[in-house]
Amino acid sequence: MLRRLHATQPESFAFTPANRAWAEAQITKYPEGRQASAVIPLLFRAQEQEGWLSKPAIEYVADMLDMPYIRVLEVASFYFMFQLQPTGSVAHIQVCGTTSCMIMGSENLIEVCKHKIAHHPHELSADGKFSWEEVECLGACANAPMAQIGKDYYEDLTEAGLARLIDDLAAGKVLKPGSEAGRFGAEPASGLTSCTATPGAREEHNGTVSRAVSVGDGTRRIDGSEVRLSAPWQVSGQMAAIGLMTARPRSAVLQQAAAEAAKAASAAAVAGGTSAPVAGGAEAAPKAAESAETAGQKPVALAAAREGKADDLQKIEGIGPVLEGLLNGFGIFHFDQIAGWGEAEIAWMDANLKGFKGRVSRDRWVVQAKIIVDEGLDRFLERAKTNNY
Amino acid sequence: MLNDQDRIFTNIYGMHDRSLKGAMQRGHWDGTAAILGNGRDWIIEQVKASGLRGRGGAGFPTGLKWSFMPKQSDGRPSFLVINADESEPGTCKDREIMRHDPHTLIEGALIAGFAMGARAAYIYIRGEYVREKEALQAAIDECYEAGLIGKNACRSDYAFDVYLHHGAGAYICGEETALLESLEGKKGMPRMKPPFPAGSGLYGCPTTVNNVESIAVVPTILRRGGAWFAGIGRPNNTGVKLFAMSGHVNTPCVVEESMSISMKELIEKHGGGVRGGWKNLKAVIPGGASCPVIPAHMCEDAIMDYDGMREKQSSFGTACLIVMDQQTDIIKAIARLSKFFKHESCGQCTPCREGTSWMWRVMDRLVKGEAEVEEIDMLFNVTKQVEGHTICALGDAAAWPIQGLIRHYREEIEDRIKARKSGRMGAMAAE
Repeated sequence: MLRRLHATQPESFAFTPANRAWAEAQITKYPEGRQASAVIPLLFRAQEQEGWLSKPAIEYVADMLDMPYIRVLEVASFYFMFQLQPTGSVAHIQVCGTTSCMIMGSENLIEVCKHKIAHHPHELSADGKFSWEEVECLGACANAPMAQIGKDYYEDLTEAGLARLIDDLAAGKVLKPGSEAGRFGAEPASGLTSCTATPGAREEHNGTVSRAVSVGDGTRRIDGSEVRLSAPWQVSGQMAAIGLMTARPRSAVLQQAAAEAAKAASAAAVAGGTSAPVAGGAEAAPKAAESAETAGQKPVALAAAREGKADDLQKIEGIGPVLEGLLNGFGIFHFDQIAGWGEAEIAWMDANLKGFKGRVSRDRWVVQAKIIVDEGLDRFLERAKTNNY
Repeated sequence: MLNDQDRIFTNIYGMHDRSLKGAMQRGHWDGTAAILGNGRDWIIEQVKASGLRGRGGAGFPTGLKWSFMPKQSDGRPSFLVINADESEPGTCKDREIMRHDPHTLIEGALIAGFAMGARAAYIYIRGEYVREKEALQAAIDECYEAGLIGKNACRSDYAFDVYLHHGAGAYICGEETALLESLEGKKGMPRMKPPFPAGSGLYGCPTTVNNVESIAVVPTILRRGGAWFAGIGRPNNTGVKLFAMSGHVNTPCVVEESMSISMKELIEKHGGGVRGGWKNLKAVIPGGASCPVIPAHMCEDAIMDYDGMREKQSSFGTACLIVMDQQTDIIKAIARLSKFFKHESCGQCTPCREGTSWMWRVMDRLVKGEAEVEEIDMLFNVTKQVEGHTICALGDAAAWPIQGLIRHYREEIEDRIKARKSGRMGAMAAE
């Protein structure tokens, strides 16, 4: 299904400090170098904070995870929980419409939404407070029909019940989720047919309602301060070990490069008079990768741009804002600097552009820069149109 | 009917203490270190002996699946991935485990992870289950604090982490390789197999993907012995199982029962009977949306297990029944499932991407009767062309409900088309 970014986008996005801390803790769940795994949780937190997912938010998350923007946009447009347009300022109501709920009357619930909110799904109500959509099975079929509002499930719904929920929300009340029919959870309404002998006192609410009631953040914009941040997995100290495999070169070309670098490194170690450790199997790979980072020669850096005015390095094809930032960080500000790189400098840059390894040679930056220096920018731009470099 | 003392999920409704303390009082996390002390091979043997089959729908023997994992690491770590992306329409059983009896799952993750030599478990929960995610994470935090998982889990010298990860509303991520893609931060598009995940799965490392329920029953099986589990239900279909009933039963619910219970007993005893009496039953979808519908006359003697449902040309799936009474528009009910599959196709394979929307458009016309009778056969043919011609089983899953409908309710579809054409009420509608 085709999903696009919304026509009007906000200027910028940033996580609140608490959300930022939460997001950074999530990234530590995944092995080093695999931080892209956290993209869905981070995007979702951005949506929880703002109510919907904007282009700046997508770019912000991409920068945080060192991912190309397009990869994050792909994820944002693939998964239907990401709202790519503004939602109601108070609540976005998601009515389950799949068969179990449909045969129990979800079509009537959708009529309520059409009547009380807006005729079309994803359309804001006149006062901007609400929006709605029909979603596919939400997995609470024994409590059909049901709807999700914010974080919570509202189950065993009737038309009058849903209408009342919307009115209460509009009046600023905090709702109590769970079964409208008064069931505790997913047990038979007429009484227990099993688990009657389980010992212990009876809880007041079921597992999900009790959290909603105790935190009360069901339809709130989440800023991260609702619950204390806890990341107990960080104490086990396992991530470093799992990180071993991130150094495994991925392609045959990279494997060969790493093997050569390892050979060079051990030769250097022998030449230096130290006893070279005999690395084998899994240990060889990370060593190779480490030495790759020190291969070649670091280009001469400038402390700042000459006369305080840097060249627009993004004119070189393959350099975007992130790479330009990286280059400036290395003290590279001008075309003639890049044009002057030799093989050793290219190798060093290729190995040290974090997240963009190998781009210098792949995108032929030096050749491009030389043309700009020798023939002028206009001539280069002309030639670049046909990739004539 | 299953006795209360043979139940694994004694707090499935969450009415009693859901914390670690409560779980321990009910017998969970009891002697876990001793179980690990018996070694990997013993655990896998016991699970094999119990006859446990995957509870996520396909029914692959769990112990056998674990034994595919490499015994010796080649330098890559192994992972256990738990599929909690419960999105099959009609299915709502894993939700109850995660919000009400989460410690069964975490203890199972540790034991299963140990049995396959995994470094860590990732639990992939569907994004809509926000509160379930919070409840499960709270339980995981408790276990870390008590030293049950993490470094030196249960003081067994074994280090094992349990990470909770969530998706964002894509049914396809319940397919194991799509789940792995999604867990790696990509679009959830299934991978070609081979290589199977046990050889190259998450981050290219050996991985086993199991359903929540398959993992959560393991600790109790090991405590009571594989023979106890194997003694419940019919051979090849052993054990206890979470069933769910939704739709037109008097008391829809989730309930743990023995395998091979008859469908009628299940509905009468726990579902409070069909609305309007057993005679008012029209059809049952036995295990989630992808299982072909079973008409009432075949439900009389239907046995709820893998083989029993196969005899009825359907499948056991997740054992979550959608019950429909005589007042249901069965064509519309199945057409809604077609719409679901159209919505959830990931778009990678052409037969599925184009086929699901094509099938839905035809189904939509059949609901209104705006079609030719020949189109029924054409639709059946198309389902056969989609089935088996896609990377994953979503194409098959979209085809089967329609095939079931045509097999059992062809007359009703034809009747509606004729009624529409002639302007007269059809014979069946007049009944």
